Amino acid sequence: MTITEHTAPAWEELVSAALLGTTRRRPPIEVGAEPVDPAGALLDAAAVATVRRRAGLRPARSAPRPAVAPDDPRPLPPPAARSRLRDLLNDRTHHGGSGGGRRGAAPSLAELLPQWLAAAGRYGYRAPDAVLPDLLDAARARTDLRSDALALAGPRALWLAELNPEWKFALRSGNRGAAGDAAADPRAAQRLWDEGLFAERVALLTRIRERDPAAGLALLSGTWAKERAEDRLLFLDALRTGLGPDDEPFLEQALTDRSRNVRATAAELLSALPGSALSHRMTERALACVALDRTGVGPRIVVEAPHACDAAMERDGVTATPPPGRGERSWWLGQLVEGAPLAIWRDRFGGRTPEQIAALEVADDWQPDLHAAWCRAAVRQRDARWARALLGPPPVPAGAVAAVGDPAKLLSVLPEDERAVWVAEFIAGHGLSEAFQLLGACAVPWAEPLGRAVVDALDIAREAGSYPWSFSGVMGLAERCLDPGLAERLEPLTATAEDGSNASPGSGAYWSEAFQRLVTTLRLRAAMLQELAG
Amino acid sequence: MEDTEQRWSVEQVLALAPDAASQKAGTRLAAPGPWTGTGTSGPSGDGGGAVVWGLCAGSGSKPYRTAVDLAGPAFNCSCPSRKFPCKHALALLLLWARGEVPTATDEGTPPQWVAQWHAKRTAAAREKTARGASAAADPAAARKRAERRAQRVAAGATELEARLADQLRSGLAMGREEQRGWEGVAARMVDAQAPGLAARVRDLAAIPASGGDWPSRLLEEYAMLHLLARGCLNLDSLPGPLADTVRSRLGFTTASAELLAGPTLRDSWLVLAQQDSVEGTMTTRRIWLLGARSRRAALLLSFGAAGRAPEVTLPVGRSLEAELAYHPGGLPLRAALGTRYGPPTAGQTPPGVPVQEALTGYGVALGADPWLDEWPVVLAGVVPIPDQCGWQLADAEGDSALPVDPRRLGRPGLWRLAAVSGGRPVTVFGTVGHRGFTPLTTWSAARPVAL
Repeated sequence: MTITEHTAPAWEELVSAALLGTTRRRPPIEVGAEPVDPAGALLDAAAVATVRRRAGLRPARSAPRPAVAPDDPRPLPPPAARSRLRDLLNDRTHHGGSGGGRRGAAPSLAELLPQWLAAAGRYGYRAPDAVLPDLLDAARARTDLRSDALALAGPRALWLAELNPEWKFALRSGNRGAAGDAAADPRAAQRLWDEGLFAERVALLTRIRERDPAAGLALLSGTWAKERAEDRLLFLDALRTGLGPDDEPFLEQALTDRSRNVRATAAELLSALPGSALSHRMTERALACVALDRTGVGPRIVVEAPHACDAAMERDGVTATPPPGRGERSWWLGQLVEGAPLAIWRDRFGGRTPEQIAALEVADDWQPDLHAAWCRAAVRQRDARWARALLGPPPVPAGAVAAVGDPAKLLSVLPEDERAVWVAEFIAGHGLSEAFQLLGACAVPWAEPLGRAVVDALDIAREAGSYPWSFSGVMGLAERCLDPGLAERLEPLTATAEDGSNASPGSGAYWSEAFQRLVTTLRLRAAMLQELAG
Repeated sequence: MEDTEQRWSVEQVLALAPDAASQKAGTRLAAPGPWTGTGTSGPSGDGGGAVVWGLCAGSGSKPYRTAVDLAGPAFNCSCPSRKFPCKHALALLLLWARGEVPTATDEGTPPQWVAQWHAKRTAAAREKTARGASAAADPAAARKRAERRAQRVAAGATELEARLADQLRSGLAMGREEQRGWEGVAARMVDAQAPGLAARVRDLAAIPASGGDWPSRLLEEYAMLHLLARGCLNLDSLPGPLADTVRSRLGFTTASAELLAGPTLRDSWLVLAQQDSVEGTMTTRRIWLLGARSRRAALLLSFGAAGRAPEVTLPVGRSLEAELAYHPGGLPLRAALGTRYGPPTAGQTPPGVPVQEALTGYGVALGADPWLDEWPVVLAGVVPIPDQCGWQLADAEGDSALPVDPRRLGRPGLWRLAAVSGGRPVTVFGTVGHRGFTPLTTWSAARPVAL
């Protein structure tokens, strides 16, 4: 369709006369005998030409058609679930319209989108075609949504992403992107490895390591010397996937890398590799420092921290210079113990279990350093027995919270149920003010004892008369993580209570609103999951 | 509830919202949490429609009482919001649309406050109809007013003609700065009671800044304005239908009641699209319909001012048995909605035409109304082609394509269209204008998708 071009040459002349003005250029119009205003005649002629052109529009020649999108045989979610998805995406796009400020009793739908996507993924649904653009936009804005959103969106979203540069990220992101396709085909893999963008290459390496660790290592060592230091660091990190004894020679070599961070990562990977030469060296060093002393009244641990950090230690990833405020010797000791396999301590301490070892007295105030190092080792080696032993039972309310290690990290090593029970007991003793990070380490939805503990603690906080926003972090978590079945239990708390004598003014109403939002969100989550079940 | 046919879709409910903020607030409230005592009744049998009601806990101690009469629809809520409908009414309807509002049993018929409001409303509506029929304006005074207005409009058209000619004498290139002066001219056209001229004049000011071949486009719009002004000044010598068209393009309208008193067309109208555009505080809603038996298209216009949604809302993709009355003109398109017979029923994907036929139809329509800038067309079997230089809708066979109007290129709906198509032919409803096609609705597995 010739929409702006005028076929008749006369039109161009009319336009140039109009541009210059009829006093300067006479329009090319045949005029009869009567004298007429040239401007009027130009308008007449232009009107005729315009209507003629518009009424005679012809089709344009079509551009090359896009390829047909591949079929997606997965089923659509049930209708109610589809309209829920539109609501959730809609809430995301309209965010900022009237958002901001106090949230009142209404739930935040955007926060529920990740759960919806994950749940829909478990059912093996595909996204309705019409929401694909919104889904891609959401995934572009929030990286935490990407993998679930793209899995749901399926091949048609990738087809769309080929057409719209704004969605190029979808082609890169691991899941079913270029990396996934190339991983199966060595030649395509090599090409992507040689020519791809950094993110594509990391995704590819991770993919290949999942199927064939040796092939991934070969790919990486082929170009290792040419990679930039910061890239080497992340590539090395990708070797965690499928880490095995075959990687040792390469990692040993990386211990001499120019970049200190690369060296440290290589050492960390080697220390996690049971039986590696590095872990033997670290074992030797650690055992030289820590021993059992039977000469006293009872057995106790004696520590002789290293007096120097030699070149060999540095090569094995030990950092020589401590951070400000830390003694050199305790700093070195910590790194040696952290880098040694935890299994060595059983023999060293006469066949004792981790619990028994953790209970042993430690001479000369070395206990905090030694236990902190074991905590880091337990997290790094994902050793649940040691984590449990070091964590101990939740501290009693009156006692100070022992500052050994990071309880949230140790918890992450334990099985889900055990985590929930531990945190529930912690909350029962200490309330919520220190529980935020611990809660973040628990599996969603929160197992029964934990959910109840959180609800009880919130109720206690309400009765104490503080404002709910002091707990907004935990409230937000609770909305997303509490078991929806707890809504009934919470219902009575939504009533507005009279402000107690020592309560902050108006706190009762705010609490009732906060609980209302919690209940509403939980019901919404329950409804959401039910809709997906169909 | 088994009457899913009568229940509205979520989109339909959201279309009632006066603005995006209300949509969001309503969506958030549409959860069982704050609601108690919800219920719905069947049609009341006394002329009113089904009613939905419920109590919504707000920040105060007393819950808000919210009720909606689905015929109309009409809203009532005890909240202090000035938005209309308020978020409570929207949330209630959303719950109902999702089937989360129980149908009232015999003993649980509407609570008294609902029944009272509903009865009052029905009575008021009946009274209004009765009054409307008997209200006969003074015909002599009306004629006099019309004459005075005609004179004013003609004076406006004369001034506009002079201004256009002046501009062409000194040249469009010279007048690039002066294009701002058109705002003043537009204001005088409003004073002259010719809103149609005013709107076109206002659009002129933006063209020189729109890039591309702007002199050509500006001359076209000058020419079309000139044609309209000439038509205005020679109204008496024009054939009847064309004179009506000119009058409506100038901004003369006929009241709906007057139109509906004349001949009407009863048909099963498929709702093709409903689109809102906002200018300042005024929302204009355009609803496109297609008659199943007459095969005729119709456009319903409705307006909403400051915080109110336009009154009419119809479910896209559904069919409505109703009477329409067309506004007079050589090309009957704009219409007023009269009596409806029953609630909307399930609709189907409408039949469509290929690209060439769509353009031919537009050309023929221009013969009756040269100022036409949106001609409704259902395209069938077309493939959307996203392209660097703009989008096209191409026939599945052959190499004919219809470009998408370049002014629509930024719209997210285009990508939705591509997603639904997946490279395969689809049916698309939209409007043809002289700059290209504006897609409004497509169908995915017989379900409508707004674009």
